[in-house]
Amino acid sequence: MRRHHDLGGTGDGPVDTRSHDPALWEKRVDAVRNLLGHKKLLTTDEHRRHIEDLTPEDYDRLSYYERWILSLSHHLIERGIFTADELGRKMAEVEAREAKDREQYK
Amino acid sequence: MSARFRAGDAVAVRAAYPPGHIRTPYYIRGKRGIIERLCGEFANPEELAFGRDGLPERPLYRVRFRQQDVWPDYGGTPEDTVDIEIFEHWLEPAAREITA
Repeated sequence: MRRHHDLGGTGDGPVDTRSHDPALWEKRVDAVRNLLGHKKLLTTDEHRRHIEDLTPEDYDRLSYYERWILSLSHHLIERGIFTADELGRKMAEVEAREAKDREQYK
Repeated sequence: MSARFRAGDAVAVRAAYPPGHIRTPYYIRGKRGIIERLCGEFANPEELAFGRDGLPERPLYRVRFRQQDVWPDYGGTPEDTVDIEIFEHWLEPAAREITA
């Protein structure tokens, strides 16, 4: 069976080849991925496996670096660097902080 | 690991569909081509993808396919080819087609 990411030869529209300046968060994701490589905590092939294991819906819906975030998150949980619970609590903490900032500076 | 194939050998790509991280594209599995060159030997990405060392290194070849052998409805000329880099464990020897 063909896996969703392996789409060579399947029909689709033209590729959008325009470049854009990466956003700050995208640069941060890139930096985290590089650091994990330098620290021997992630290989390119592990990163690819996690991206290929996304559901077809997520694979199509998410942007390039959004896919990376999910891959890195799954990987760091798998490797025991942090737990899903720790990540979930941190995400909630950041969301609350950002909401407060938005309130303060609007 | 010594390389099993040489440039010019006819090969068939295995038609296998295992789960995991596979670098042999779906569309080329089961197709026949010719070894263009040996690229070198590299750790197996199918193993690296699961955090193992991927050793021993395995021969990686550049294999040349005729586009008309790859795509049933190919509209270009018979000389058009596509080169794909494929690990040795995905290749089997194939009988060379007799050409006029």
